[in-house]
Amino acid sequence: MIAVLAASPGCKKKAVEPLPPSGAVAGWEKSSDTRVYAAKDLWQYIDGDAEQYLAAGVVSTSTSDYKYRNQLEAVVDVYTMGDSAGARKILESGASNGAKKVQIGDAGVAYEQSVTFRKGPYLVRIVAYEATPGTQQALLNLAQCVEARL
Amino acid sequence: MKSRREFLKEAAAGAMLLGSPGAREKLAFAGGPEQHTPAKSKVVIARDASLHGAGTQPDEQRVLNLLDKAMTAYTGREKQVEAWKSVIPASVLAGKTIGLKINGLGGRGISTHTALTLAVAERLQQAGMRAANIVVWERDARSLNACGMAANAGSNGPRCYGNDVSGYEDEQVQCGATRIRLAKILTRECAMVINLPVLKDHSLSGITFSMKNMYGAVDRAYLLHENNCNPGIADLNAIPAVRDKVRFTIGDAISSLYEGGPDFRPERLWYPNALVIGEDCVAVDYTAWQMIERKRAEAGVPSLEAAGRRPDYIATAADAAHRLGTCDPARIRLVEV
Repeated sequence: MIAVLAASPGCKKKAVEPLPPSGAVAGWEKSSDTRVYAAKDLWQYIDGDAEQYLAAGVVSTSTSDYKYRNQLEAVVDVYTMGDSAGARKILESGASNGAKKVQIGDAGVAYEQSVTFRKGPYLVRIVAYEATPGTQQALLNLAQCVEARL
Repeated sequence: MKSRREFLKEAAAGAMLLGSPGAREKLAFAGGPEQHTPAKSKVVIARDASLHGAGTQPDEQRVLNLLDKAMTAYTGREKQVEAWKSVIPASVLAGKTIGLKINGLGGRGISTHTALTLAVAERLQQAGMRAANIVVWERDARSLNACGMAANAGSNGPRCYGNDVSGYEDEQVQCGATRIRLAKILTRECAMVINLPVLKDHSLSGITFSMKNMYGAVDRAYLLHENNCNPGIADLNAIPAVRDKVRFTIGDAISSLYEGGPDFRPERLWYPNALVIGEDCVAVDYTAWQMIERKRAEAGVPSLEAAGRRPDYIATAADAAHRLGTCDPARIRLVEV
């Protein structure tokens, strides 16, 4: 089990926008506008992967790119499902060997370059494009900030 | 649009002039149902274990060298200008437009590598193509960016833009049981398309590679997702505008996903450090499927059949209703270099 640090300073709870702005987490910069996909348009973002989210009752998806200290680039996807069962279904179907459980939201898993967790009807996936010694902890910090905003 | 007879005549002329073994085999296959003993479809897998060096991105010069190695093995021509001329009809080289259909849907982590796209564009120009007659093409700007390509609609260098710029035909065409609109880049601009897909596991179709990449030429690709994309993929590739124009695959297996695709899953990323090339898109996809299965077995992941998503679209593409190529290993000449 990976210990997760307390929420980063500047991360406010219950904000309307789940994707943190630049500076909300130390070192992280929001590097693109938020893109929002309705369920019927999700295929434009994730092609055939959309089918499993549709089957689990996805309502909408918000996504944005991020940079960490100009060393790391990542993407954050927030899937709003119809209910928590849908988020659970997606999280459990994606688990694989090598995943470490993390205490974020209701349940979560982390790999070296990705963190996925669920909280209520939300399923959040954060993926980094590079692997550095600090990648996982940086992703966990960002994940915790997103969790606090849901 | 060019008729199939005109296309075959043109391709035959090119093959007779230049005599590429790959082209000869393809033409023999393209003879259709009256061909009693079709020649084998050639597929080349070219590898370079040192392609990445110490970095996460492949070395550009090594990618170019790997492309040359693949083309030489495929065509039997050592000189790259001759190798390319043997797979691109002379009439196309002389002034028509070639599209390079890349794939960036999975995001930056699992998209057609920039180095490969640029290497193909460079060799095409050396073979006689004007830069402005090369169009690097994907669905939209986001997908192009994921492949490291910047939009360029001007006349300097190869052009680069997506369907979001050039649009789709107003008229729908029949695609199996559904109707779709095709991208104008395919229907109006390109005389020929070189397919540059990226090798990935796919949550519906089992794998995505050569034929599945053409979903990027359709306005509403989700209409073709039913039943694990079968027969959607085969139906799409059998549409004349696709069948006649998408004539060569240079598949990017430099990095790949053996599970969890098509979206980027770094925990399932793998580096075959390979290119998979051929004119028979069915044989290319069959070969790619076998690569994925070997990796899955090695990683202890169930086979695609056990996972409930064997890529049956490949067999459908080879059936009598589609005739897009062969998935019979006895009729595929696989060359590994």
